[in-house]
Amino acid sequence: TACTTQTQTQIDRDPKQPGAMAGEKGLVLLDFWVSPFGQRVRIALAEKGLPYEYAEEDLMAGKSDRLLRANPVHKKIPVLLHDGRPVNESLIILQYLEDAFPDAPALLPSDPYARAQARFWADYVDKKVYDCGSRLWKLKGEPQAQARAEMLDILKTLDGALGDKPFFGGDKFGFVDAAFAPFTAWFHSYERYGEFSLPEVAPKIAAWAKRCGERESVAKSLYSPDKVYDFIGLLKKKYGIE
Amino acid sequence: SREDTATKHPLTHINSTTHSYQPAVTGFEFKVQNLEAKMSETVKVMSTFGSIYGHRPEVALRLKGIPYELLLEDLPNNKSELLLTHNPVHKLVPVLLHGDKSICESLIIVEYIDEAFEGPRLLPADPYERATARFWAQFIDQKFARPFWMSICMADGDKEEEENFLKEAKKNLLLLEGQLKGNRFFGGNSIGLVDIAASGLARWLGAFEEISGVNLLTDEQFPALCRWAKEYAGDERAKECLPNMDELVAKITAVKKKFLAMAEVQK
Repeated sequence: TACTTQTQTQIDRDPKQPGAMAGEKGLVLLDFWVSPFGQRVRIALAEKGLPYEYAEEDLMAGKSDRLLRANPVHKKIPVLLHDGRPVNESLIILQYLEDAFPDAPALLPSDPYARAQARFWADYVDKKVYDCGSRLWKLKGEPQAQARAEMLDILKTLDGALGDKPFFGGDKFGFVDAAFAPFTAWFHSYERYGEFSLPEVAPKIAAWAKRCGERESVAKSLYSPDKVYDFIGLLKKKYGIE
Repeated sequence: SREDTATKHPLTHINSTTHSYQPAVTGFEFKVQNLEAKMSETVKVMSTFGSIYGHRPEVALRLKGIPYELLLEDLPNNKSELLLTHNPVHKLVPVLLHGDKSICESLIIVEYIDEAFEGPRLLPADPYERATARFWAQFIDQKFARPFWMSICMADGDKEEEENFLKEAKKNLLLLEGQLKGNRFFGGNSIGLVDIAASGLARWLGAFEEISGVNLLTDEQFPALCRWAKEYAGDERAKECLPNMDELVAKITAVKKKFLAMAEVQK
């Protein structure tokens, strides 16, 4: 199946040290190839230079015992296992990496106010982008038009928050950048379903997306916009949506 | 008293609601540090009477021994210019104003308070325990959010969808019950992030249960949570910023009446 091919490609692109199981740091990531939430963790691990074992969960086939044991409450990926102990929820995992590996490059700034702002915008991305995007490709007619209007508003708000900085983190790629970068692969699909052009609606975000794509951590973690668009097609078939 | 202030001044920009009190934790250095913080930058909390989320920054500041000014908004009708300026994205309370900085989103505010001020820790020091605390705080915000409060407010235990709602709510409460593990608080011996996140269950749930007649948090099913609710509501610092039960019931009853009236009109 197309998914198995993706899985193999992903494993081939695993940045872990050759031959090392779980890396020297005892990190295992339960993930799903196209998940933007899982990709956040892959990006953060790469930015921090932390080796890990990537373990694909074939979510299209169901939820494995391993996943249900690791995340009994939400039964979702990503899950980061550190020496066998699970950490769940992508932004919580990112903050865990900050706390547990203080010598690795930090994604969050050290100033409390700057940290609060970073958390605010990562939380905003979390609350808004994926759900609104899903409604964009799931719905038709008036509800879809509403989702479209919301998506434009979200992108314009983020455009304003970014401003003239190269990254949300300022000069450096940071927490919000890692949280939002995976969605750059979904912009193409949002544009097609929402019938808008990102450079017109949110030019700074469009430029930022290109900048992110030039980073190795992002390039190695994301799949092409076309593959994401095809995946959405697969989901629609699965849910019986025309 | 705080309750009198809330009734007399329903509008914004109340300069007279400055709270001053002696921090429960003694220690000369702690007092001096916080005194310096107090003298250097004013701390204000924008909230509204009976706000579940507004309670969180208040209790966090009191736990740290930080004096603050409380600015009460007349919501949902009259959002002040100050609110719209300091929370343009969500236009909601609470907002923490610290000097010229504004911080929004209640749990983000609590983490900011923990990092910006000296005093007892609100989050644990250990990275894995911090991740666990954040997980359960987020769980509470996901499972006991607006839909939960709306449902419990309107519930009378009859219809099938209400039965499903109650079943789901009990499942989630059981998960929280399991997290107490014989401790006084989710944070162990002292109030922490998860306790602050769960505070809605310590006062507001009782008020909603009284209005709907549905008893969700029973002693038989949730002994640890019931004990916790009493501990939390009885804590010196939490007590001072929890709304009075009768006033809360009155406010929610009024909101429910309005909501039902609107629903009738729409029919």
